[in-house]
Amino acid sequence: MSDGTPRMGFFTDTSVCIGCKACEVACKEWNDVPEDGLDWTGMSHDNSGGLGADTWRHVAFVEQRKPLGEHAPNFQREDDFRWLMASDVCKHCTHAACLDVCPTGAIFRTEFGTVVVQEDICNGCGYCVPACPYGVLDKREDDGRIFKCTLCYDRLEVGQEPACAKACPTDSIQFGELDELRHRAAGRVESLHEAGVVDARLYGEDPGDGVGGDGAFFLLLDEPEVYGLPPDPIVTTRDLSRMWKHVGLAAGALVTGVAAAFAGARR
Amino acid sequence: MSDTGSYYGKPIINPPVWAERDIAGYLFTGGLAGASSLLAAGADVTGRPALARPARVTATGAIVVSLGALIHDLGRPGRFLNMLRVFKPTSPMSMGVWVLAAYAPLTVTALASDALDRAPRTGRAAGVAAALLGAGVSTYTAALIADTAVPAWHDGHRELPYVFAGSAASAAAGAGLLAAPVTQSGPAARLAVLGAVAELAAEHAMERRLGMVAGALRGGTAGRRLKAAKALTATGALGAATIARRGRAGAALSGAALLAGSALTRFGLFEGGMASARDPRYTVEPQRARRADAAARARRDPG
Repeated sequence: MSDGTPRMGFFTDTSVCIGCKACEVACKEWNDVPEDGLDWTGMSHDNSGGLGADTWRHVAFVEQRKPLGEHAPNFQREDDFRWLMASDVCKHCTHAACLDVCPTGAIFRTEFGTVVVQEDICNGCGYCVPACPYGVLDKREDDGRIFKCTLCYDRLEVGQEPACAKACPTDSIQFGELDELRHRAAGRVESLHEAGVVDARLYGEDPGDGVGGDGAFFLLLDEPEVYGLPPDPIVTTRDLSRMWKHVGLAAGALVTGVAAAFAGARR
Repeated sequence: MSDTGSYYGKPIINPPVWAERDIAGYLFTGGLAGASSLLAAGADVTGRPALARPARVTATGAIVVSLGALIHDLGRPGRFLNMLRVFKPTSPMSMGVWVLAAYAPLTVTALASDALDRAPRTGRAAGVAAALLGAGVSTYTAALIADTAVPAWHDGHRELPYVFAGSAASAAAGAGLLAAPVTQSGPAARLAVLGAVAELAAEHAMERRLGMVAGALRGGTAGRRLKAAKALTATGALGAATIARRGRAGAALSGAALLAGSALTRFGLFEGGMASARDPRYTVEPQRARRADAAARARRDPG
């Protein structure tokens, strides 16, 4: 960042996630996030469904009839079963659509390069909700405002790591300087490939992707959509200048059309 | 077991939290207001007071309803004025609020001057300014909904402004045909035909570009609304070109069909966007195809 503070983020290595949901609990405790429903979803061990106003960390569970890799991992059975688990979170995009479209300035970028909604400014217009290509933000219905992960802005300011990373017992959630995390992640993918886990791939680590790279990126063991993640997200405002151009042309056409309707009229 | 194409069929993006009555209603009334201001200014300048007056009333009524709907839809309506903290070109909603903040008082001024028969030069100037801003009010809403990750809205961003411009023109023309005498409603009848043709052509082009995502606009509630909208718009335009010139009843029928067609277009496109957001296929499949295309290009042209 411009003042010399390095950009901070998460590297979530789903290959070592054990689905304990300590991250979900720690996040709720620290950030005082309300209950998000005590539901049996029928979606394996997932009971929070997806990210939203009251779910800032979401652990996905995917059951598949596939071997994890050539080496026998913990969860492999004789009949080729693997259980994918992944803790999802706000991506803190380099080019954040939520921040771009927010009409009140409630959403801002912090000195750590993270994206935060200011609760005392947000008026609940809801524009950021469908602007996010990952489905992170949502409206808290009984409150009216929009809420999402702050990457524990309050903890970062006093030199602490975010609650979810602190609580993660397997270091599946790693917090740190983004450059260092990217370096570490590249090494991890390489060692997994060497170990025969050919499906391992990084997601959101590339600054050349449609959102300029994620501040929170992942190591996945299958296609992103299997985990409920978009395969090729783009920041919608990438196309905004073209939208304005067509709006301008359409407005001009409307003025011309009305003028034509009056031109040469007899009555 | 979940299938491999999605996570238990759950949406990838979070669908909009906007209430249909408020926001689809706003898309319609905003378009009606803006184009009515244009119609009013044209009628005023060309000496058709019996068309200008009802168009001014329509514009004012529609923009008041619009603003009410926008504020009502906020999670915190009392914080509406937070919209005026910033001027933000990257947010179509911010730009729209600033345009409305200028447009609404001008529209009210134009009507008040006419109704009270006071300050005619100020009234006319306000009316012309409102008309020019009205063209923006009618069309910016296309950028408002296209500037999201909602597949049917975002991927239609090139054509949507023309759909909205045409729909706004046919709605305002419809209101004009309903309210003005036949002796002065000729321009409204011509605008109805122009607007309807533009709307139908732009929508056709948009559906072709959308590819598989157009499925969200063809099925279910959205599909029924948009089919009815097209039939009503086409019928209304045909009526405007024929029976509307002959008598008040024909004009009123054509006008009502055009208004209903425009409203159904907005409510249909709103619902179509919601449907495209709810079904993960509409997010995943175009993105997978885009990624495959990029990979193929990279293989053909390495480095």
